Formats: sequence, C-alpha cells, structure tokens
Amino acid sequence: MSQIFQFFPKFVLEPRLEVSGKWVILSPIIAIILTLFSGVIIFSLLGKDPFLALYTFFVQPLTTMFGITELLVKATPLVLIGVGLAIGFKANVWNIGAEGQFTMGAVFGGGTALLCQHTESILVLPLVLVLGTLGGLFWGAIPAFLKTRFNANEILTSLMLSYVAVLCLSYLVHGPWRDPAGFNFPESQIFSDYAMLPILIENSRLNLGTMFAILVVLVAWILMTRTIIGFQLRVVGLAPTAAQYAGFKQSGLIWLSFLISGGLAGLAGIAEVSGTIGQLLPSVSPGYGFTAIIVAFLGRLHPVGVLFAGLIMALSYIGGENAQIEIGLPAAVTGLFQGILLFFLLACDVLVRYRLSHRSVLASERRE
Amino acid sequence: MDALPVVLTIITASTPLLLAATGELVTEKAGVLNLGVEGMMLVGAIAAFATAVSTGSGLLAILVGAFSGVAVAAIFAILTLTFLANQVATGLALTIFGVGLSALIGSSFVGISLEPLPQLNVEFLSTIPILGELLFGHDVLVYLSFIMILLAGYFLSKTRPGLILRAVGESHDSAHALGYSVLTVRYLAVLFGGFMSGLAGSYLSLVYTPLWAENMTAGRGWIALALVVFGTWRAGRIAFGAYLFGAITILQLHVQGWGINIASQFMTMLPYIATVVVLVLISQDRTKIKMNAPQSIGKAFRPAK
Amino acid sequence: MKTEKLLFGLLILAAAIAAAVFFYKQSQDVSKKTMSTAEDTKVGFVYVGPIGDHGWTYQHNAGRLALEKSLGTKIKTSYVESVKEGPDSERVIQQLASSGHKVIFTTSFGFMNPTLKVAKKFPNVKFEHATGYKRDENVGTYSARFYEGRYIAGVIAGKVSKTNKIGYVASFPIPEVVRGINAFLLGARSVNPEMTISVVWVNSWYDPGKEGDAAKALIDQGADIISQHTDSPAPLQVAENRGVKGFGQASDMIKFAPKAQLSAIVNNWDNYYVERTKAAIDGSWKSQDVWYGLKEGMVKMAPYTNMPDDVQALAKKTEDAIRNGELHPFSGPIKDQTGKIVVEAGKVADAGMLLGMNFYVEGVQGSLPK
Repeated sequence: MSQIFQFFPKFVLEPRLEVSGKWVILSPIIAIILTLFSGVIIFSLLGKDPFLALYTFFVQPLTTMFGITELLVKATPLVLIGVGLAIGFKANVWNIGAEGQFTMGAVFGGGTALLCQHTESILVLPLVLVLGTLGGLFWGAIPAFLKTRFNANEILTSLMLSYVAVLCLSYLVHGPWRDPAGFNFPESQIFSDYAMLPILIENSRLNLGTMFAILVVLVAWILMTRTIIGFQLRVVGLAPTAAQYAGFKQSGLIWLSFLISGGLAGLAGIAEVSGTIGQLLPSVSPGYGFTAIIVAFLGRLHPVGVLFAGLIMALSYIGGENAQIEIGLPAAVTGLFQGILLFFLLACDVLVRYRLSHRSVLASERRE
Repeated sequence: MDALPVVLTIITASTPLLLAATGELVTEKAGVLNLGVEGMMLVGAIAAFATAVSTGSGLLAILVGAFSGVAVAAIFAILTLTFLANQVATGLALTIFGVGLSALIGSSFVGISLEPLPQLNVEFLSTIPILGELLFGHDVLVYLSFIMILLAGYFLSKTRPGLILRAVGESHDSAHALGYSVLTVRYLAVLFGGFMSGLAGSYLSLVYTPLWAENMTAGRGWIALALVVFGTWRAGRIAFGAYLFGAITILQLHVQGWGINIASQFMTMLPYIATVVVLVLISQDRTKIKMNAPQSIGKAFRPAK
Repeated sequence: MKTEKLLFGLLILAAAIAAAVFFYKQSQDVSKKTMSTAEDTKVGFVYVGPIGDHGWTYQHNAGRLALEKSLGTKIKTSYVESVKEGPDSERVIQQLASSGHKVIFTTSFGFMNPTLKVAKKFPNVKFEHATGYKRDENVGTYSARFYEGRYIAGVIAGKVSKTNKIGYVASFPIPEVVRGINAFLLGARSVNPEMTISVVWVNSWYDPGKEGDAAKALIDQGADIISQHTDSPAPLQVAENRGVKGFGQASDMIKFAPKAQLSAIVNNWDNYYVERTKAAIDGSWKSQDVWYGLKEGMVKMAPYTNMPDDVQALAKKTEDAIRNGELHPFSGPIKDQTGKIVVEAGKVADAGMLLGMNFYVEGVQGSLPK
C-alpha cells in the first residue's frame, strides 16, 4: 500500500545542503521546456498552429515598446504586493487578504485625490500616496489586531475583509463619490494632474509606480538579508519554538508582517489608480491580491525572485490576451495553459532544493 | 411570513459550502492545504452537468462530478506530495486551471436547461405538516452533506485511521517514525477533498441552479476554505459556520425585500462581517484552538529513507 | 559528470525550441503578408464577461457571429473576453487598435474612458462604445432602450399578478437598472394601480446561486412575478419551480422555464454591428449617439406565453404603440417616491433624466443609495 503513491520507487529526493545556484537557473528552463511541449500538444489538439500560438504567448508581447511597457505596468502591482506577502509568509503569517488592502489603498488614496481635486500643489501627489499606503496598512492592521488580541485566525479574517473592502469601494463609487457630471454612472471624477503619478515614457502607461516596485524589491532584499528584523522573521518561520526561546515576540512579528504587506498592497492600490487608471471604478483590481500570492511563492519568497515571478505572471496574462486577439484562442484555453505553466514552474522548483538520487546509489553510499 | 420556505432556502444555500468544507477539513487535518477548492468545484460542476445532460441520470452525474473533482485533486496531490511543490501556490494555480478547464468543456453546454434531479422524497413522510417538509423535502445531496460531515467528525475523532490521519497532520516526522505512510494518508486525504469539492460543484449545477455558466461557483470555494478555519478544524463548528453564513446571506436578501433604508452593499457585507465577529468570539481559548489546528499544515514531507 | 551532460542537453533543447518558435514566426510573417488581402477589415470586440455567461456578453458575441455570417470573407473578427473594467481594458483596446483592427466595439460601460484614451492615439480606427455618454470624432456610442421592453413586461405583470407584488432581482444601483425598475412599475400601474415592486440587490452581475436565492426570498415575501436585471436564468428557474411567473433577460429563456416565462427582453446587437461595420468599410462611418429600441429591433420581445389571450393581445398592442411612437413609457404624470411630480402630465421624461435616472417612482419599496 505504501508504495502505491511513490511513482518512482527507485528514486528519492535528497535535500541539498544549500540552494543550488545552477538549478536556480535551470529549473525554470526545464519548466518552460515542459510547458512548451504541452503547449504544442494542447494547441495542436485544438486545431491551432502551435508554434504561432507559443510565439504570440511568450515572444510577441516583448517585440514592441508598447508590449514591454504594458508588461511592466501589469507586473508592478504583482511585485509590490508579492514582496510584502513574501515577508509575511516567511514568518508564517498568512495574509491572504491583499486584495482588500489593495482596494483600501485605492479608496483612501483615491478619496484624498478627489478631496484635493481643486488643489493645485505638488504636495497633492505625496499626500495621496501616503494616505493610500496608510489605507492598506490600516486594512492589514485589522487582522493583525484580531490575531494578536483575540487569537482569530488571520486566513479567515483577512479573506473576509477583502470582500468587505471591495463592497465599500462599490458603495462609494455607486453613491457618494460618483462624478457629479457623470449621469449617476458608477465612476468617480478623473483625478487632476496633480494627483497623478508621472509617466516615465511618453505615450505609454509606464509610471513612477514601477520605480516604487523596483525600490521596494531592493529595500526588502536588504531588510531580509542584512537586518536583525529580517533574521527574526526568517527564524520565526523556520523554527517557531526556537524563536520563542530566543525571545522574539511573535505578536510583534505578526504586526510587522501585516503592516508591511498591507502597506505595500495599499501602495500598489493607489499606484494603480493614480498611475494607470486615473479615477476610481467599482472594481480596481483584476484579482491582483490573489495572483500576488502565487507570485510570492513562485519567487521563492525572495524579493528578487518575486520580481521575476511577477514578470512571468504578467507576461502570461498579456500573452493570453494577445493569443485571444491574434489566433482566436478562447480565454478558457489561456487560463488552462497558464495553470499548466504554473504547475511546471512549481514542480520543477523542487530541483533547487532537492537532488534526485537513485535509491541503490544512496544505499551504497550509506554503507561506506 | 412563513418561516419554513426561508429555512429551506438557507439549507440549499449552505449545502455546497458544507460539502466542500467537509472535504477540505479532512485534507487539512492530514496536513495539506489545498486552496484549489474553487477550481475543483467548477470542474465537478461542469462534469456533472455534462453527464446529466447527455445521460439523463442524476446519480451518474453526481458520481462523475465527484470523481472529476478527484481527478483534478490528483494533479494537486502529485505536484505537492510527490514533487513537493509549494501547496499554497499550487492550490491557487489549480483554481486558475480549473476555471479554464471547466469553461473549455462547458462552452458547448451554455444555454442548455436541465430538469432538476428526481428528489429523494419519502412521499408519505414529507406530507407531515412542517416537520415532514423540513426533514424529508430535500434532495440526495442535502442528506449526504449532513451524513458526510457527521462521518468526517466521527472518523477524525473516534476511529483509528482518523487518529493516524491526524497524527500525520500533526507531525509527519513522528507519524513516519511510527511506521505510518505519510504519503499514502495525504494522497487519500487530498483525493477525498477533491471528491467532496466535486460533489459541491455537482450540487450547484444539478440542484441549486440547474444550468451551466462559466465561473458559476462565484467564490463559494473560497468561503468553504474560510469555513474550515472558522470551524477551527472541528466538524460541528464547520457545519455551524456553513449554516451561519448561508442563513445571513439569505436573511439579508429578505431584509432588502422588505424595503430597508440601508445601502445594499452593506447588507451584502453582513455574512463576511458576521463570520469574522463570531470567529473572534470563539477564538478566545488559545490552547484549545492550537490543539485542533494541524501543526504541519502546508509543509512538504519528504520521506527520509 | 552525468548531470553536466544532462544540463547541456537540456540547454540545447531549450535553444532549439526557442529558435523553432522564433523562426517559425518569421516564415509565417512572409506567408501572411502574401495571404492577406486589402479588403480584409478586422473588427475587434472587447467583452467584460466570459462569452459563456448566457447573458450580456453572450448576446454581444451572438452579434459578432451574426456579423461574421453576414459579411463573410470581407471581414475578420477577433475578441477578448473577461476583460476586467480597470487597468486591463486600456491595454486590450490598444492592442486591438495597434494590431490592425479598423472597428472596435467595447461592450461595457466601464470601458468608456479607456476607449476614449486609446481613440485619441488611433484617429483612423473607429470605436464604438456601448452604454456610455462620452464621444469623439472616432468614438460613437450605442445603447438600447431596454426600458421599453420592461414597460411591456410591467403591463403583463399588472394583468397576471394576483398578489399585486413584483419581485425584482437587481445587480447594481446604476441608472440603467433603476430605469428598468421604474419602467416596469409604470407599465404595471398603467393597468393595475395597486401594483408594487420589491427590489433585492445582489451586488453582482453574475452569481446564479445568489440570484436564485434572491428570487426565492422575494417569492416568500409574496411576489408572484419575478423579473431580474442580472445575467443568469436562475431567477426564472426559481419562478418555474415555485409556480410563479417571470421574464427572461437578455435572451429568450423559455427553455429554462417553459411554464413560467411570460416573455423575455432580448438584447439584439446583430443588425447594429453589421450596419456600423459596413459603414466603416464604405467610408460613411460617422460618430453618433445611438439609442435604439423596439422600433429599430435592438430590443426584441420573446413570444408572449403562459398568459390569457386578452393579456397577450394587450401586450402586443402596447408593443406596437411603443414601436410606432404612440406611447412613451416615461409619459407624465410621473411621481417619485415622495409623491413629487417629476414628469408633468402631457410631457415625457427628457433624455438627461432617462440617462442619469436616480430616483424611484411611486410604488417601489425601499430607497436608492444617494
């Protein structure tokens, strides 16, 4: 019975002593090869030209300036949220409500922008950004408070609060924050230029938000590897009991994780509305908060990894849209294909941490 | 207003949540966190619907729906248990995959109507006033949802295999040292989770709203996941949570129907807020919760041989 | 050593596949250029939901298919489905514009500002935005007077209902939905002044389970007519199950409720898509604001079923009267909930009031968020 689920009884996975640098690069390559192969099969089965499909998915978005800037625009919120979540996940703090914190960032920041609609000052933008970040921070603080004070599991509270946040935004945009000149349609006014993030490349949507994302990646990298807080977070995640003996306060780290991830999600939210959208809509996120969870883990909870994972994820979305336009691939297939890509990426990741060994070899090594 | 139909509506609204949460409870108790419930439900829903449309057999449809859930769960199991992929990310990827797969299969089933399942009515008993309709007026899956959560609770707390499963979820290393096959237990638990999610999906597309439409679960898989946490991994509390959520969802619709002067968005928020509030109230006893929460949840197990 | 070789092999394989994909495309490009002819006009569609929603997007896609059927080889259509209103829509619209689409239909209100932004960058592309109010040289808008259908439905309801109570399952409090509720009740009260409407908002365009639950709640509160402004047939199915009557939404849903559907308000974009694409091809396209109704066939009524003959006759008479302009659903006197007259006798509601409708008429239960 016990052998049934060991598909390759002759092989075992041996943990590596340290992460293998070689495999860090190779494992995604293997995953992509496997994805390409399965892509060829799937697209052929559907009667589409498989090579053209793969080209549209992975190469075409990168062949134009527009495609590249859009890739960065799409990756920005994923990376910003992903980095924050990764810090929390390292410490075993399960914030899965980034969607709500993102939305609250948009609400607080966007609300500020609407208040300052007639204020012509360069201070409007910083104020908008700070309040947006605080909005996310505040929404992240609620699960942290409920966890540390009442012991309420953060998976449930953060998820449920996401729904609440999205409904709050819906209420505001359908009601008090409607554009007075907008025939009661559910949209706010378009923000004044003073509340908008500057565009980096003319005629594109690439804005300062992307710079924030890169900056956040660098800061998080330093935080996690070079500071005592980063060390504490990692230890708590790896060995909670040891951390307790070492005198790290767990509640402090819960707070810290939620404030960082909530704040970054809030920043992502306000950067999205004041950088890319330019007004408040009933829904400002196509599920960024949830996608960023995948991004965080795909990036192995490492800030630089998250950056790459965010880019891959964004590419798969944009590639999917292009595949719909260019070769009429239904969204269902692009979703299916995206799922398969993720499966391979996640499964091949095992090679970074483990080594495949032949059982007999292992046994002989043991004997020696 | 007559209370009975309201209760019946609450039962239908709560059943898919309870079915899926029961599966996830067993999965999580074995130490595996599968966030792909939504995806498994959707695949179960379309598989059941397609079977019902093409064969006309409700029973067969339920079976196919449930085992399609198992099939999708098997992907998750292979990736996370054999290939040790990260459970959280794989679960989310499974949802993306399931949404796509179900939409692909379902594209030829949009706009097709289906007769509701022949109900498992015990004819003469259901004619007993009030009690009869309340107790015997339902379909097969409603009874199954009660039976399964009871069985799951009994299995986990009173039986030896249940004890082994909990041991595996508690500390896979100790369980392994004691000679139990962690891998086998976890595979079975994940597949059972898929089975129940598939059932929940079948319930949606066969009974709740007998039709197929893309993404028809509309987030119910996520609620089911949250309910397992809400119930602090205890069968009774999970059932309570599913019915609490279902009841508030339905009651707020009734309150709206009376013509209340509150923005509907706030009414729609109520079930989410209520679960948070109740969770806060019942989470005070730290040690007890710690006792129920599977300690090695989400962690990969690699058998050291 | 062994692993080194393996790695080397894998890298070669990766390079080979990448090269294949890349060069394949190059050769494709050449053949494509020779293949495509100048007459090919590419028409793009942006959908807010999946084409399998059996509601709003499903009908727009039906319009796209009708366009393909009608113009055949002269055109090529493409679409992107489930495009979220928000950051994604602008990219999709621009991608369509920059990949040679000459006419682009953006089929949801939330695409309004993104459509305008992209239109500025592509002055030679014609844009058609559904249900919006902002236009430009190369951006036209179109919408349908669904309220005309709702009024007829109301007339039928007023005749058929025994409890004098209508249950209305609604999505979001936007003018389009509010207009539908008001038109329905005005129709009902024109034949039965006792009629009232209870509205339940589900805060979703699309959640079959919840839509059905809302319908159940309304029936339990005494409604014997169900109407919905959400996308799925679930409320109608509930009506069928509970033995009350209802109306289909967006398409004829008689299959889902053979005994309960009285009629359905059908969205029909087919002719419009053909007409506008033809205009773009022959160069006569001009930006315009279209609000078509029963007369132009953008709104159609499904067959009147499950009702007595006299009601059927009345429904047909009402439909004809609206079609040839004798009857306007929003004719005064119309009172709002507070009893204030908002449209005086002998007048009809003006376009601004219709477009931005934000009040309930007398007889609607509950209140609108302000």
